[in-house]
Amino acid sequence: MKRIGEWVPALVVFAVVIAAWEGAISAFHIQQFLLPRPSDIVKTFWTARHSLWPAGWYTFKEALGGFAIGSGLGIVFATLVGRFKNVGTAVMPIAIAANAVPIIAFAPIFGAWFGEVSPHSKMAIAAVLCFLPVMVNTLRGLQSASPRQIELMRSYAASELEIWRRVRVPTALPFVFTALKVASVLAMIGAIVGEYFGGAFNALGVLINNGAQIFDFVTAWAGILVASLLGLALYGAVAGAERLVVRWAPDMRDA
Amino acid sequence: MSVVEIKGVTKTFAQGNVTALEDIDLELEPGEFVSLIGPSGCGKSTLLRVIGDLTPPTSGSVTVNGKPARQARNDGDYGIVFQDAVLFDWRTVAKNIALPLEMLGWDRDRRKARVETMLDLVELRGFADHHPWQLSGGMQQRVSIARALAFEPALLLMDEPFGALDEMTRERLNLELLSIWEKLGSTVVFVTHSISEAVFLSTRVVVMSPRPGRIAGHVAIDLPFPRTVETREDPRFFELVTKVRELLRRRGEHLLPEEEELLEADR
Ligand SMILES: Nc1ncnc2c1ncn2[C@@H]1O[C@H](COP(=O)(O)OP(=O)(O)OP(=O)(O)O)[C@@H](O)[C@H]1O
Ligand SMILES: [Mg+2]
Repeated sequence: MKRIGEWVPALVVFAVVIAAWEGAISAFHIQQFLLPRPSDIVKTFWTARHSLWPAGWYTFKEALGGFAIGSGLGIVFATLVGRFKNVGTAVMPIAIAANAVPIIAFAPIFGAWFGEVSPHSKMAIAAVLCFLPVMVNTLRGLQSASPRQIELMRSYAASELEIWRRVRVPTALPFVFTALKVASVLAMIGAIVGEYFGGAFNALGVLINNGAQIFDFVTAWAGILVASLLGLALYGAVAGAERLVVRWAPDMRDA
Repeated sequence: MSVVEIKGVTKTFAQGNVTALEDIDLELEPGEFVSLIGPSGCGKSTLLRVIGDLTPPTSGSVTVNGKPARQARNDGDYGIVFQDAVLFDWRTVAKNIALPLEMLGWDRDRRKARVETMLDLVELRGFADHHPWQLSGGMQQRVSIARALAFEPALLLMDEPFGALDEMTRERLNLELLSIWEKLGSTVVFVTHSISEAVFLSTRVVVMSPRPGRIAGHVAIDLPFPRTVETREDPRFFELVTKVRELLRRRGEHLLPEEEELLEADR
């Protein structure tokens, strides 16, 4: 019950914003191509469902693939690097520097490498976007295990593997999930922006891009709505998994 | 046979070129409650860690239950309590206490039964499914003590376990610790900064002096058991406190001003 109660303020704000948007368009006679009405966007979201929804699903699969590959590799890489402290210290600054590179700028190059129309180039962009934050955070998590806790495990004659399993991994999990939530958003951005540079005719990014070019802004906005819902869904799925796995984290308790 | 036998142990740290321990000889008989006391930096924690094989001595030998310290650690011969509770946030209270039992390969039923007993012992029944952050500092420390006692180690190493607690909780936990010790008949090495705590708890107080860390002397505590609140009013208690303090003072020419103050405050 309390959970639902916590959502009320957010829902109220959301409703107010939408109403203000709708009202502003009537009040100031804003042109449709500048800003469509929310009600029109939702209408198009429904009437164009036969093209929009499959397009969303198509792009979502690219994002999901990139998310899985990028995050998976990030975790695996961090795990390997984390076993050796020196390697970790050497890799960390490089990873952080690489994280500052605007990877989305590589989109046209990935198109050349993996095929401009192919979903693989979008998957690759999403994967690269996801890789670094997940890698860096996982590594940080694995390295932030408490020395006292490790010493305690030693007093129980624990092997390195046991220390890994019982101390390092549980310590790292909240870090990993924080990164996965960021990555879930990045994956969707990567896939859609990737499609702006060329993609299958039934891809969401292409639909949005085309809509904007032929002044069919309502369709573009409806496409953005689809993208937002799918992005939220992926984020929600990761957050849900976090709740299941990291049930113990103090910041998750009911205060 | 001695529970702990330390012979000629010296420990130097390459970093900073510190001689933390120099030529320490110490023997602990079964059932002894020995407090280590001395000014900050005199090597008490280091000595405890050397006994527990958490850090190797530079020279000299340590045997626990007649075995080399490494062997004793691998056999789970001792339980250790650090100054802070060192609990695992992702484990419930019950699972924190059960950790050493898991490591020793006890089966689920046996673990469960023992955890219940320990929860009763430290008066935390009803908190089994709580997580550490839901407990007060004193409760956390009791969990950590319960965990160290859970597998009934013949040897308990405690590094200022009550250091962070208020006076009231501290005195209550002192009594609890003593009753546990009497029940289990284990041997305890207890590090503290408080002279009165050392005298109240121990059968023997070992006074250490700093730079380099050495044993300055021993004071046998012949106060009767069980120790109660009245013990602290016993004239003999005051005599022993004075004796320990004088030993600390005599060997403590190197005391820093704030350490002097600390000793004064203990009076
Ligand atoms: N890992 C380490 N590396 C280098 N020097 C150390 C290390 N651990 C302890 N020392 C040094 O050894 C000396 C003894 O330290 P130790 O922690 O044993 O003191 P202590 O008696 O427990 O002090 P306190 O009462 O403040 O806890 C100190 O001078 C400290 O600087
Ligand atoms: Mg210490």
